[in-house]
Amino acid sequence: MNEDMNRKTRNFILNCLALAALVAFLLWAPGNLDRYKLRIINLIAINAILGLSLNLIYGMTGMFSLGHAGFMAIGAYVSSLLILTAEQKTSMWILEPIAPWLLNLHAPFLVSLIAAGLAAAFFGWLIALPVLRLGGDYLGIATLGFAEILRILIVNLTPLTNGSLGLKGIPAHTDIWMSYGCLVAVLIFMIRLMNGNFGNVLRAVRDDEIAARTMGIDTFRTRVLAFTIGSFGGGLGGALMGNLITAIDPKMFMIAQTYSLLMIVVVGGLGSITGSVIGSVLITTMLEWLRIVEDPITIGSLHIPGIPGMRMVIFSMLLIAVIIFRREGIMGTREFSWDWFFPKKTKQRPISERPVSDTKGADAG
Amino acid sequence: MLDIKNLHIWYGGIHAVKGLNMVIDRGDIVTLIGANGAGKSSTIRAIAGLVRGYKGGISYTNPGGKTVDLNGLKPEDMVRMGIALSPEGRRILPQLTVRENLLLGAYIRSDKEGIEEDIEHVYSLFPRLKERYAQKGGTLSGGEQQMLAVGRSLMSRPDLMMLDEPSLGLAPILVGEVFEIIREINRQGKTILLVEQNAFAALKIANRAYVLEVGSVAIEGTGRELLQNAAVKEAYLGG
Repeated sequence: MNEDMNRKTRNFILNCLALAALVAFLLWAPGNLDRYKLRIINLIAINAILGLSLNLIYGMTGMFSLGHAGFMAIGAYVSSLLILTAEQKTSMWILEPIAPWLLNLHAPFLVSLIAAGLAAAFFGWLIALPVLRLGGDYLGIATLGFAEILRILIVNLTPLTNGSLGLKGIPAHTDIWMSYGCLVAVLIFMIRLMNGNFGNVLRAVRDDEIAARTMGIDTFRTRVLAFTIGSFGGGLGGALMGNLITAIDPKMFMIAQTYSLLMIVVVGGLGSITGSVIGSVLITTMLEWLRIVEDPITIGSLHIPGIPGMRMVIFSMLLIAVIIFRREGIMGTREFSWDWFFPKKTKQRPISERPVSDTKGADAG
Repeated sequence: MLDIKNLHIWYGGIHAVKGLNMVIDRGDIVTLIGANGAGKSSTIRAIAGLVRGYKGGISYTNPGGKTVDLNGLKPEDMVRMGIALSPEGRRILPQLTVRENLLLGAYIRSDKEGIEEDIEHVYSLFPRLKERYAQKGGTLSGGEQQMLAVGRSLMSRPDLMMLDEPSLGLAPILVGEVFEIIREINRQGKTILLVEQNAFAALKIANRAYVLEVGSVAIEGTGRELLQNAAVKEAYLGG
C-alpha cells in the first residue's frame, strides 16, 4: 500500500515536470522558431487531437470509421462562421448572398470551438443511429459515404457555406498555447476515460460482443456514445485547423484527410493513447519532410525533375511496410508509463508459468 | 421459475430445436445433456436472448412472483432480470485483468460496497483468482479462465445462472473442482442451468436432467434416475 502511494506521488511529480517542460518549450518556441516550424508544431497538436478522437472510435471501440474528415469539416465551418464578422461575410459571398440569419451570428473563439465540437457530435450521433447497426467494412463504407455527402453539401449549400470558394480571412486564433492547451485537455479526458470502468466497457464491446452483452452491456448504446464523443473531437480538431490555416474550403476535407489520420492511428497503435500522440509527431513531420522528394533534385550530372505527389507514393510504401512488418503499430495497445524508467522492486515469479499442481492446495473443494 | 413451452429454433433452413419443453424450479441444479447438435446450446442461448426469432414461450418468474415472457428481450435485459449466462468458450476478456473482468460482470450494478463484497466472495470460491487478480485474463490457464467466467457471471447477482459447457477443454481433475464449486454456488441459493457434454459429471450434481436428441427432449428425470437409465448409460456414459 505504502509503495503504491509512493508510486502515485512519484508519478504526480513526474507528470508535473513533464507539463512544465512542455510549457517551457511553448514559451521558448515562438521567439526562436520560424513560422513554418511553428505551424508544424501546431499541426502536431491538432493531428494528435484528431488522431485520439479517431482512435477512440476505431482503436478503442473497434468501429472502422472513414468519416472523420466530415466531422472536421463540420467543426471548421461552424467555428469559422461564428467567428467571421458580418462585413467579412458580405464581402466573401459573391456567388449568392449569405443566408440572412447567418450574417449576424457571432461568437467568441472559445465558444465557437465548443459549438464546433457539439455540432460535429450531433451529426455523429445522428448518423451513428442508422450506421452503427452495420459492422466491419460496411461501417467504413457508410461513414465514407457520409463524409463525401457532407462535402458535396458544403459545395452546394452556397448561402450557408460559400460553396467551393470556401471561407477566407478567418482570424488566426490557433496559437501553440491554444492547440497544446486543447491537446492536454483531450489527453486528460482520454486517460481518465480509458482508465475507468467505461474504458473497460469499450474494450469489452470491441473484443467480444457476446461476452459484453451477457454482462448486461448495451453494446449499441455504448458504440453510439463512443462514436459521438469521437465526433466531438473531430469537430474540435477541424475548428482548430481552420483557425490555424485561416482559410477553409471543401477540398480540404476529402478522403485523403481521413487517410492521414488513419495512418496516425494505425502507425501509433490502435487502442493506444500514447501511440496516437507518437503517430501524430511522426506522420505530421514526415509529411512535411518528404516534400523534398517533390523538388527537383540534382545528383552530380543526374537531374531529376520534381514530381508532385511523389511524397504520397513514398508515404504509402511506408504504410505498407508498417502493415507488413509491424501490424500492431509502434505501441500496440500499450501505454506510456513512468514505471518504464524504474526497475520493479518486488520481483514476482510469473504465475502463469507455475504448474497447476503448484497451487492445488489453495483451491476450494 | 423458468418454463419453456414448445420451443422451436431455426438457423436459416436448419431446424435446430423442435418443440422442446422444460421446467426449471427455483433452487435446483438442472442439466441439459446430449450429443453435438442436439440443441443444448441453442436452448440456453435462446433463454439468454442471444437467439432472435424463435417460436414458443419462455416465461420467467422472478423471486417477487412476477412472470415475464422472455421472447423478444435482449441479452442485456436478461441480466437485469436476474438471468446470467456464462457463455460457451469462457469468453473472458484477455486484455483486462482478473479484477477488471469481475468488475465488468457487475456492469449493471452501482452499489460499490456490494460489488466489493461479491468480488471477495468470488475470491473465496476461487482462491486462485485472488492470487492472480492483477494478471491479464489472457495469461490464465484454461481452468482459471473457466473459474473467471463462472465468477464473472456471479457478479451480476443473478437469480438463475446458466453455464454453457463449463468443463470444455479442462483436465479431468479441474472438471471435478469446477463442478464442486457449482454445487457450492447452488447451496448458497442460486438456481443453476447447466449445459454439458460431460454427462457423468453433470448428472452427478443435477436435481433434474433433460437428455436432448435432435432438438427435443428424449428422456427426463432426476440426475440419479438418469445415471441408472440404461439408454443414457449406453449413449452418454460409455455403457
